[in-house]
Amino acid sequence: MARMKFLCDADRCIECNACVTACKNEHEVPWGINRRRVVTINDGLPGERSVSMACMHCTDAPCAAVCPVACFYTTDDAVVLHNKDTCIGCGYCSYACPFGAPQYPQMANFGTRGKMDKCTYCSGGPEADLSTAEYQKYGANRLAEGKLPLCAEMCSTKALLAGDGDIIAEIYRERVVTRGYGSGAWGWRTAYGDTVNV
Amino acid sequence: MRQPITRLALGAAGLFATAFAALAQVNPTANSVQEGALMEALQSGQSVTGRISIPDSGASVLIDPSGRTWASLHTGTLQWITIIAVLGMLALLVAFYLYRGRVRVEAGFSGRKILRFNIIDRFAHWLLATTFIILALTGLNLILGRALLLPLIGEGAFGTLSAWGKIAHNYLAWPFMAALIMVFVLWVAHNIPNRLDLEWIKQAGGLLQKNVHPPARKFNAGQKIIFWSVIIGGALLSWTGIMLLFPGEAGPGTGWQFYQVIHAVVSAVMVAIILAHIYIGSLGMEGAFDAMGNGEVDENWAREHHSLWVEEKLGRDAAKSPPPRARATPAE
Repeated sequence: MARMKFLCDADRCIECNACVTACKNEHEVPWGINRRRVVTINDGLPGERSVSMACMHCTDAPCAAVCPVACFYTTDDAVVLHNKDTCIGCGYCSYACPFGAPQYPQMANFGTRGKMDKCTYCSGGPEADLSTAEYQKYGANRLAEGKLPLCAEMCSTKALLAGDGDIIAEIYRERVVTRGYGSGAWGWRTAYGDTVNV
Repeated sequence: MRQPITRLALGAAGLFATAFAALAQVNPTANSVQEGALMEALQSGQSVTGRISIPDSGASVLIDPSGRTWASLHTGTLQWITIIAVLGMLALLVAFYLYRGRVRVEAGFSGRKILRFNIIDRFAHWLLATTFIILALTGLNLILGRALLLPLIGEGAFGTLSAWGKIAHNYLAWPFMAALIMVFVLWVAHNIPNRLDLEWIKQAGGLLQKNVHPPARKFNAGQKIIFWSVIIGGALLSWTGIMLLFPGEAGPGTGWQFYQVIHAVVSAVMVAIILAHIYIGSLGMEGAFDAMGNGEVDENWAREHHSLWVEEKLGRDAAKSPPPRARATPAE
């Protein structure tokens, strides 16, 4: 089985936010929730870089560690998913997450947190693959259809890469060697404990 | 990415055209942001933050590595502190019971009752007690439920229970705070430490030996310790709890995590203290529960544990009652 990862090549990202839009549309993510976002570092300064960020599907995911109801699980593809039927919307995962991935609809009394929502790596949830219940709770399951996450698939500059960690790391490494520079695999050290060495 | 475009535009204006053209040839890596460099420059509690175009300023935090620190603290240290506090206090109470047994009213019940707490006192105490117990159980569930309860009742039932527990914890916090204020206002005057308390503490309240009864007014030193623990601990829990309920107030960065750790540690200590309080107020001491139950305690119980208060109380009642039988007013 593959070890799925995301890699954003910040030297290619043009902050078009198409990944953000594609994600919201593909999964019909409600208002106020962004499973993916683009952050610009050093905005307007020399060396400005934009990075597309979502759940990185960490190794030893801290969200799973702190969840008081143990609603997280890791799939065979090393994708970190969660069960919304068990989730109590306590918010702990959002405080443990280094990437700000967990999102909450404000739907309970007095606008308190509803059940957590986050990037599923386009692979749904614990319900049966491609079922209506799965789509309503977690969005599309592209992995079950043999496709990769839509954000990466439709990235116009191919800045955002998704797929097996070794393969996308190799693609990135080749790019860096060819063009002579690279700002690094953003988030990898924090998420996976290692980075792409060129 | 915008830099070269800006330069080209300026270059087209014809000013310093050659200089900018030369700059555009420079390897962009010379001044590009390296994630590694940003991470190394971080102080503890800081995060890599940029600009974001969606209307959620919190989302502009790109990487906040402190989350992992809190995660390991929460899943390790905090769980152990809680387990040690609860089991440690239970072990102490068992040891105390084995050593001393149930603390009896040594003179036996007199059958005469004295009103110790009126309906308002009892309402405040019961409100504080019931909300605390529910808050403690639902709070302990968040720390230990996953390890203890989840394997017993399964994921579905545990999820439902915890969801109700979260709602109960969030909403019962408010009556708890109201009761805390009531109890403070009602009893603070009787809980100012004085010289009698030193004597009481020196004799360990007579808890360890029979027939030892250090004098005390309405609240003895042990009860004063409970009172101030509840007031200070309760205030800390209320304050940190409000910060957890309204994370916007806790401030950015590691604010929420900081309050959560304080909340969990104070909770563990409070649960231990209240376990002891519940024990000595019910099973551990004969006649003690009446004070909380119907508010009227046996005179002999009161004489053994609150001798000066009984004198004062009976003196006052005698002074108030119509047949003015001469009775010396006890010295304060």
